[in-house]
Amino acid sequence: MATETVAGQEASGGIPQLDLSSFPNQIFWLLVALVAIYLVLSRIALPRISGVLAERAGTISNDLAAAEEMKLRATAAEVAYEKALADARTESNRIGEQARVAAQADLDAAIADADRTIAAQTAKAEASIAEIRASAADNVAIVAKDVAQALVTAMGATADQSMIDAAVTDRMKG
Amino acid sequence: MTHVATETTQLLAQATDATPDVMAIPDGTVVTEGGDVVHSAAAPYDAAADAGGLSFYPLDQFIVRPIFGPGGVFDPASPVPEIHWYTPTNVTLWLALAVLSITLLFVVGSRGRATIPSRTQSIGELFYGFTYKMVEDICGKEGLRYFPYVMTLFMFILFANFLGLLPMSFATTSHIAVTGVLGFGVFAGITVLGFVLNGPKFLKLFWMTEAPLMLRPIIAVIELISYFVRPVSHSVRLAGNITAGHAVMKVFATFGAIAVVSPVSVLAITAIYGLEVLVCAIQAYVFAILTCVYLKDALHPAH
Repeated sequence: MATETVAGQEASGGIPQLDLSSFPNQIFWLLVALVAIYLVLSRIALPRISGVLAERAGTISNDLAAAEEMKLRATAAEVAYEKALADARTESNRIGEQARVAAQADLDAAIADADRTIAAQTAKAEASIAEIRASAADNVAIVAKDVAQALVTAMGATADQSMIDAAVTDRMKG
Repeated sequence: MTHVATETTQLLAQATDATPDVMAIPDGTVVTEGGDVVHSAAAPYDAAADAGGLSFYPLDQFIVRPIFGPGGVFDPASPVPEIHWYTPTNVTLWLALAVLSITLLFVVGSRGRATIPSRTQSIGELFYGFTYKMVEDICGKEGLRYFPYVMTLFMFILFANFLGLLPMSFATTSHIAVTGVLGFGVFAGITVLGFVLNGPKFLKLFWMTEAPLMLRPIIAVIELISYFVRPVSHSVRLAGNITAGHAVMKVFATFGAIAVVSPVSVLAITAIYGLEVLVCAIQAYVFAILTCVYLKDALHPAH
């Protein structure tokens, strides 16, 4: 009996989609489901997701702006660093130059000092040489006079000391 | 849908001719994927099955039956009782599961409101962004007011289609009653909206000012007809696609009862199932995008 009813339903109803007796049921529950989905989406899900998306977009743009600012600051820092480096280089050159000049001055002073000392020594030495030379000439004259006296005596003549001296002096001038 | 029935009959006839001696299911009963319907060989309807050994009931999966009681989901052998508008049926069950899935994805999935989304949340956001962009691209900025409605339709059809692909499930969108309500609902809503927003100017939709004056009345008639055919094609396209796919799978499944043919049958079902996965997504997308196109007509009727 039961199977006959099923078969009868099949035969008479044909395709279940065209069985009008199930339409009110389907339409009612479909409307319930659609309203439920609409309420869930429009009241809870969509505002929440759009909020999350907006927040994310805000976060991303904020982060990008912060990154841009950081980049600017990094560039500024780099410029400052380059400037400091250049300044330091100039300063070091200046100090080096100064030191070089100071050293040169010291050197010049030392050289001048040394030159002076050398000149003084030279002068002293020359004076001493001149003195020695002078004394040597005197000694030569004395020796010449003595030798002349001795020669005169040896040759058996007597000669006045003063005559001999004058003759020797006279010859030595020549 | 009539072509499905015809096709089935042909297949029945072929099976009868080709395999007269195969009795794959000796007692002539078959269990369907949709509702475990058992048909007795004694029923007059099963004459072909008796003769051929194969029983084709590809449409039994679409029978609307109550969840509880005799003839219900758990008692498919009994006759289906009268269904009142309030009876909880398999339609109710699978619609409720669609609602539940959507709630799980969009509400529970995004409960963290995380700036860096979880996996579920990013899927929800993907659907949101996809639908939002679709509405914005087609209808423009002013169409975004109706975004929640389009989103409701798109998500409902998508989830109902995919839930219908689960084995033993019930495909709610295979029923013309369901897709008809959706299609005619869109049609009615857009027609009312068009007149509310534009007044009588909405009729400019049918009056092509670009066409030569002589042709305009003829074009207007054609446009009017095509306008009224829209809800029919809109709803029948969805129901027809889903019904045909499920019925074809069921027919191939029935062929699986023949041992020699069964490997081919399994392969064919796998292929058709893959195709159906595509169809489910594409039909939901087509429904949503056509809704947007119709909505654009209501917002800007003068082309």
